[in-house]
Amino acid sequence: MPIAERRLILKYADQPGYTPDIECYLKHGGYSVLKKALATEPATLKDEVKKSQLRGRGGAGFSCGLKWSFIDPAKNTKPVYLICNADESEPGTFKDRQIIHKDPHQLLEGMIISCFANNVHLAYIYIRGEFPTGAKILEQALAEARAKNFLGKNILGSGYDLDIFIHRGAGAYICGEETGLIESLEGKRPYPRIKPPYFPAVLGLYMCPTIVNNVETLCNVKHVIEMGGEAYAKIGKPNNTGTRILCVSGDVERPGYYEFEVGGLTLGQLIHEVCGGVKGGRKLKAVIPGGSSSKVLRADKRFKIKAKNAAGEMEEKELGLEDIPLDFDSLAAVGSMAGSGGVIVMDETRDMVEVLANISEFYAHESCGQCTPCREGVLWMKKLLHRINAGHCTTADVGVLNSVADNIAGRTICAFGEAASWPVQSFLANFRPDFEARAEKVRAA
Amino acid sequence: MIESVPALPQDFLAQVDETVSHYPVSKRSAALPLLHLWQERFGFISQEAIDWIAARLELQPIHILELVTFYPMFRQRPFGKFHIRVCRTLSCALGGSYQTFAHFKKLTGATGDEHGPIDSPDGRFTVEFVECLASCGTPPVVMINNDFYEKVDANKVEELVRRCGE
Repeated sequence: MPIAERRLILKYADQPGYTPDIECYLKHGGYSVLKKALATEPATLKDEVKKSQLRGRGGAGFSCGLKWSFIDPAKNTKPVYLICNADESEPGTFKDRQIIHKDPHQLLEGMIISCFANNVHLAYIYIRGEFPTGAKILEQALAEARAKNFLGKNILGSGYDLDIFIHRGAGAYICGEETGLIESLEGKRPYPRIKPPYFPAVLGLYMCPTIVNNVETLCNVKHVIEMGGEAYAKIGKPNNTGTRILCVSGDVERPGYYEFEVGGLTLGQLIHEVCGGVKGGRKLKAVIPGGSSSKVLRADKRFKIKAKNAAGEMEEKELGLEDIPLDFDSLAAVGSMAGSGGVIVMDETRDMVEVLANISEFYAHESCGQCTPCREGVLWMKKLLHRINAGHCTTADVGVLNSVADNIAGRTICAFGEAASWPVQSFLANFRPDFEARAEKVRAA
Repeated sequence: MIESVPALPQDFLAQVDETVSHYPVSKRSAALPLLHLWQERFGFISQEAIDWIAARLELQPIHILELVTFYPMFRQRPFGKFHIRVCRTLSCALGGSYQTFAHFKKLTGATGDEHGPIDSPDGRFTVEFVECLASCGTPPVVMINNDFYEKVDANKVEELVRRCGE
């Protein structure tokens, strides 16, 4: 019996006959939660989101309620902005595309509610440049929402004004980093800002308090307000609430996007039961569980994690890769992260040197060049990996590679440094003999 | 400055005004959207484009040029009628995108420095190996101009190139 999906965000997305226009959305109860929200105090809405324990779906898994609470309406005198981060570009992730293309009004409704809750009157959707169709669909959805007065002046007679505009990126991964995104939206190169002092909640867009939330997170807000924070928190696990869209790619029989309660299944169940197993009946070698920046997990390794047992006491458990529950805390406990939900599966035939060389080429291309350790280091990692992959190397090169990665992580303005280093560090920690074997082969020849 | 540029079409200017109005706090925010508008209309970002957009937003040309040289999607030369983007990143690579890219090159005859977009000898095609296009579950993924294609294997490459010829 395969594990059933729990589709909250993608409830209608793939239903036959469901279209992205507003009439279809209204027929399915669309914008009724907005009506309810407009009749509620913004502070109450914020409180519901806090109670829901909703965590950000973009990568860091930061509490949405906490993020919102940094903006205190009592103290703040500047305008507040909200930006929807639709720059989906973490390799392995393709969930926002589904929402934008198939159910854009759900995103808008969640976004309008979030704006109302935080007293925002101007908001932007930053969508990656490579989604021209998605941008068109959203433009159309915005026009429809304006025509029905879900947007614009005096929304549904509530006295609340809001405008949302689309802003297209132009092919730079770093724009997914929230302060880089803000710089980009200000019309500059997307060099991330240093924190402190430039926390978006304090000095964000135009140096005003700014909330940046992922597409899936904003959709979740709609459901939180619809069912109430406490009811929402019952889905999934404590501190890992709600549903999560998992994007599976690589060597499985049925790659794709699936929505489950957070922690509702293990990595093994996802691969074998949901995705039909490893391709061609081959053996599993490794999994990257949360987008290409997350640390790789080796299939034959045992992981020790501390978790609450049935009696609520902490106990240490030993798990195999396939037993790891897919929630934020478990993936962090085994030394990786849930990240953006992009699960990349690799079978026994995959050459780990080649895989890491591919990943490093991505980061070398995408470094913004602002911080020296990253700008120089990612290119060195790429070059070293090409050399190792081609077999033109010595075993010392593997050590150099590791040391370059160690000297980037923690020494850059934004988390890109870690995103580029973690794959290198984790591939070497798990598969170092594969890398050294290349050098040995050269020496023997 | 603006006066030295040949007259731009009225509908284009209207689009520009509409776009700038989306950024009531700072006109500079309209820089990226105006570059997109210009490139979609005129094919590439010329020096004229840089000067005109800078003047329209009351900026120095360097403020626009620094964007054009940073963001990979902007180009400073004309591309072929068909701009073929093949995803290079991990999931697509595992799914065979290197073969897909090689096949596009072979069928279009595109050659050159593969670290950037390369042209076919007849100039009709520009082929580019790009980073993640965010559809990792259906590799290899390809974009031809604004159209998006999934699971592009050798057969599909042939079909797509043939269709471009029709």
